Amino acid sequence: MTEPQRHWLMDERAVERALARMARELIERNAGSAGLTFVGIHRRGVQLADRIAEEVARAEGRRPPVGSLDITLYRDDLMAIGPRPVVGETRLPTGGIDGRAVVIVDDVCYTGRTARAALDELADFGRPSRIYLCVLVDRGGRELPIHPDIVGRTVETGPDQRVEVMVPELDGCLAVALVPNQPEAA
Amino acid sequence: MLAAPALGKDLVGLERLSAEQIRAVLDTAEPFKEISERRIKKVPVLRGKTIVNLFFEPSTRTRISFEFAEKRLSADTVNIVTVGSSVAKGETLVDTARNLEAMRIDMVVIRHSASGAAEFLAQRIPSNVVNAGDGRHEHPTQALLDMLTIRDHLGRLESVRVCIVGDILHSRVARSNIWGLTRLGAEVAVCAPRTLLPAGIEELGVRVFPRIEAACEWADVLNVLRLQLERMQGGYVPTLREYNRVFGVTRERIERVPRRLLILHPGPMNRGVEIDSDVADGPHSLILDQVTNGVAVRMAVLYLLAGGAPEKAEAAKHGAAE
Repeated sequence: MTEPQRHWLMDERAVERALARMARELIERNAGSAGLTFVGIHRRGVQLADRIAEEVARAEGRRPPVGSLDITLYRDDLMAIGPRPVVGETRLPTGGIDGRAVVIVDDVCYTGRTARAALDELADFGRPSRIYLCVLVDRGGRELPIHPDIVGRTVETGPDQRVEVMVPELDGCLAVALVPNQPEAA
Repeated sequence: MLAAPALGKDLVGLERLSAEQIRAVLDTAEPFKEISERRIKKVPVLRGKTIVNLFFEPSTRTRISFEFAEKRLSADTVNIVTVGSSVAKGETLVDTARNLEAMRIDMVVIRHSASGAAEFLAQRIPSNVVNAGDGRHEHPTQALLDMLTIRDHLGRLESVRVCIVGDILHSRVARSNIWGLTRLGAEVAVCAPRTLLPAGIEELGVRVFPRIEAACEWADVLNVLRLQLERMQGGYVPTLREYNRVFGVTRERIERVPRRLLILHPGPMNRGVEIDSDVADGPHSLILDQVTNGVAVRMAVLYLLAGGAPEKAEAAKHGAAE
């Protein structure tokens, strides 16, 4: 199979700058970092949440707790697809989310269905004082009335494309690319 | 999106599952354990699905474990036990199944005293069928939870030495364990009086220990089976006391081994017969872990079986590709 033609949107420096800016914007909106809890959406949202929390720690002197959320079991299309997706780990920080300002972090915001599922799942764990949605790339194409609060970069994309966010822990580099959708193998 | 290998329509036994399929159930059960720790122990994955627990044999533990699993996945559940049901009035298994189908159910969990009952049902109804124990044949979810418990504690199943002790002859748990464990690379042995061993058991790739002391020396794990007292009228063992003296898993026997020998038991236990209380409740015992893992394994099986219409898969993938 040939490698898809990648159009690079952000290199490592650009992603780092975007994450640092997102952290500053978050601190400003929240009037500081008190009460913040980060929850990264499995898989790449978790690594991005760690990085933004690190930026918050650099600016504020304390690192907010970071957890991970796997939304697979809350997908609205789960009964329509097969075989079953692999279920990942949901692990919220000690102390829970009751009364906290929870920051949901994801790599890409597209239809809005992942964010909807994350909100549903969080509601099963407690009642945050408020929730921010923080995404590295907003690619448009929303199917639900959901809008991220903090965005690293907005790009116009078509349904025949996908946005690939790469993180060192899983992909060996920190970057964002636009890739044409591969036709499904026969 | 990573996908787990499909189990197919039904889970009738482990004999026909590949190592990859068995591993998929165990791997899926891991994240499901966390759901039982939540304040709201429920996810919406089977919302709108109706599951019938069809128990033709008494079983409290397995039925409740399945029911917990179903409810934690948000399924609607109905329990049918033979006492007081139409089955007691002579209705056949197929009639029962057809009536259930007419009520638009999605899954059936069946326990039956006849070997092959689950397969028989699976071939005749379009709903997913899960075998919760059929005669002397298989009890796949019990074996899967045993395997998960061993893997949790030893970090692997490959090359782990598991000895199944007790009434192998009447045991569906033993058969499922032998197939599942050997497929995942464990070494399996059995230890029982000859009267409680099926003829040709060695052909399943297991070794036989006629003495419990030798089994303890060899094994990393003892899976102790219930002596099925209700079937013991046939003179399989001289007396229960004699059985305990020769084959009972006692503290003295397991402490003689210079390493931690793990103890499993599918329950219910005959304390003082096949296992002594200080072993069942002692530091070697993983019996309560088995119960906890049982719910997670059954959640994983139901999740993996509950497939959707394949023709919708492509559209769904594009619609939610986020």
